[in-house]
Amino acid sequence: MTRKQRRLYFVVLGLLAVGAAAALVLTALKEDIVFFFSPTEIVEAKVPTEGRRIRLGGLVETGSVVKEGASVRFTVTDGAHAVPVIYAGILPDLFREGQGVVTEGRMDKGTFQAAEVLAKHDENYMPKEVADSLKKSGQWQGDGGKTPEAAK
Amino acid sequence: MIAEIGHFALVLALAVACVQAVVPLVGAERGERAWMDLAGPAAVAQLVLVGIAFAALTHAYVTSDFSLLNVAQNSHTDKPMLYKVSGVWGNHEGSLLLWITILALFGAAVTAFGGNLPPTLKARALAVQALITVGFLAFILFTSNPFERLDPPPMNGSGLNPLLQDPGLAFHPPFLYLGYVGFSMAFSFAIAALIEGKVDAAWARWVRPWTLAAWVFLTLGIALGSWWAYYELGWGGWWYWDPVENASFMPWLAGTALLHSAVVVEKRDALKSWTILLAIVTFGLSLLGTFLVRSGVITSVHAFASDPTRGVFILMLLVVAIGGSFMLYAVRAPALKTGGLFAPISREGALLLNNVLMATGAGTVLLGTLYPLFADALSLGKVSVGPPFFNSVFVPLMVPMVLAMGMGPLVSWKRGDLAGALARVKLAMAAALAAAIATWVMQGGSAGPWWAAGGIGLAVWLLLGTLTEIAERVRLFRAPLGDSMRRAANLPRAAWGMTLAHGGLAVLIAGMTASSAWKAESVQTMTIGETVTVAGYAFTLKAVRDVDGPNYLATEGTFEVAKDGKVFALVTPEKRTYRQPPRPTTEAAIVGTFLGDVYAVIGDAVPEGGWVTRLYFNPLVPWMWVGCLIMVAGGLVSLSDRRHRIGAPTRARAAAAQAAKA
Repeated sequence: MTRKQRRLYFVVLGLLAVGAAAALVLTALKEDIVFFFSPTEIVEAKVPTEGRRIRLGGLVETGSVVKEGASVRFTVTDGAHAVPVIYAGILPDLFREGQGVVTEGRMDKGTFQAAEVLAKHDENYMPKEVADSLKKSGQWQGDGGKTPEAAK
Repeated sequence: MIAEIGHFALVLALAVACVQAVVPLVGAERGERAWMDLAGPAAVAQLVLVGIAFAALTHAYVTSDFSLLNVAQNSHTDKPMLYKVSGVWGNHEGSLLLWITILALFGAAVTAFGGNLPPTLKARALAVQALITVGFLAFILFTSNPFERLDPPPMNGSGLNPLLQDPGLAFHPPFLYLGYVGFSMAFSFAIAALIEGKVDAAWARWVRPWTLAAWVFLTLGIALGSWWAYYELGWGGWWYWDPVENASFMPWLAGTALLHSAVVVEKRDALKSWTILLAIVTFGLSLLGTFLVRSGVITSVHAFASDPTRGVFILMLLVVAIGGSFMLYAVRAPALKTGGLFAPISREGALLLNNVLMATGAGTVLLGTLYPLFADALSLGKVSVGPPFFNSVFVPLMVPMVLAMGMGPLVSWKRGDLAGALARVKLAMAAALAAAIATWVMQGGSAGPWWAAGGIGLAVWLLLGTLTEIAERVRLFRAPLGDSMRRAANLPRAAWGMTLAHGGLAVLIAGMTASSAWKAESVQTMTIGETVTVAGYAFTLKAVRDVDGPNYLATEGTFEVAKDGKVFALVTPEKRTYRQPPRPTTEAAIVGTFLGDVYAVIGDAVPEGGWVTRLYFNPLVPWMWVGCLIMVAGGLVSLSDRRHRIGAPTRARAAAAQAAKA
């Protein structure tokens, strides 16, 4: 086998692997990624969100957490609008009223059916999407990851 | 005072690193021996200085010196001693100090063991190592100084994040960093080789043990992190494809590829420029990992609040280091002479296939991890890329790799005999097929996921393929048993290391498949005396009581677990609330059996009476941890191979030769 043939083998193998990966990635990007929405975006419904698996993020409205047996109801707000959420399961340890939260699930007749409430390891950590959507709604100017005073 | 000494030592270390980065490099270019020889003592001096700084910070933590801002923010007098010490690296500043300490350790190791290295290569590698040190020391001193004072000092500190007060996580960062930073050795030697314009077997013999050591540490670090997430977060899972997890997994993938391609360079003098590229990419991904974890640019369940200016600094460091090395690679790599030729079906070919698939796999993980950033920048909306993406992209890429792995070691170097190798793995193939069918039948056909049978089949295939190879080598059952034993004893340790590492992966695959496919879970409210059955295990809530811990209060539930009417274990999960900082944590109770983990979590009390509980049966999860440990053991065995030992053997041999003469 000559040098040229070997190089060709190398290139074909690489192209095959990259091609397969690209095909897999493109299919997966169509189906397997989850979009993030703020309560305002859901309420204004510029994009249809009903029934799709999405992420909803914002602040847990103070005084909105109600436990009903093994499930929990609470409201996620970005200051301008609020969306009611129902979640069956144990809330992550650092879930708190007045703090940022990201949930994943589906909208069902105006209520967000959360399949997951994302955990975090640090109380002061604010997921980037939540921080951005709060900034957009003017709730927060952003100071090193602290929760806005208004929401406490 | 001690803190000021630590701070001063860091500044001195920066000065030494600047000298070490320039003088030996110029010396190597000009052929000035004295200039080159400066690198060794400078590296040792750096270790001493950085060691002093690390010791000073540790001292401040152990004595609870709250006049240091870093200690006041992350420690507390009530904390057990283990967590006072692990608190040193349980925060941003301290973890960077640990990073740089390990870097200095590796630099000094080159000096200690590198007696027989070509002087120019050694000088250049140490200079590159010093360049990395300069970047990170500047980062620490200008943006994240751990020795900042607080005036007036508070009466007590705010405590360490309770989630980090755990033995698994106390040792997770040091191992992870030993892995990340260990790859800097391969990187420094790759850059040095590019400057020299020469890569040969001797170079690969040098790089392999360091890469292997880094790989062992990284494997252990990732396994510890996963184990911690499994039992501490109370969610019953062990991998979430979260950006921070991927950040540690990408260097592992690239490092594993590097380990295998370095073998080809050493044995066959081929794939040189590819190996150099892999060395650069591996360390680049380690830097990227540090950046992703420390900057908070991507939403992660494992992220901690961070300061964006720091992210910019690491990003710049990343751009300079990676951009610079790629530029050097583009200019110099074409000059590297390619060596041995090989046929597509050969050991080299199989290792190349491994490399291509591992690198592609790492590439898809990188794409998935950074996709949210691209999407945001291109205004495609805010997206998250989670487990479904990675499962449907990464897993299919690894299937052909494991298939090839089962028989790759059976193919000979240079030109292999595919038919012959296939004939030898007939048995493994038949057994794998049988295992897949048996799995399918046992899970009740399509009642379980379709891929489970494939996963178990792959695990059996890999295990038996690996065992076939070692059996062939010792001519088991072909030669008399005594003969086989003698052959086994004479096999190089590296061969046993490979067998162990590949076998460990087989066990790991079985564990991952089973726990993903057949996990049983139940969430409900339970009152005292109530029984819930999960996967044949009956959990009865016997009692709930309050427990007073050293720095926390806990609600402890007692469950009696029975199987087939027989009491099998009493487990006591806790929900703790720490005093300082006042945060809750979940302590899952886990009983490991051969077939899986019985896993119980207790949650909050419900106003109507009772407690929310979460009960799992996680099949074969202990196999995953055992599999990782077998892989680590394989790495260690291989590392103990005489051919991998650096410096010492040659010197010992030289001494022996002299003794023989005398």
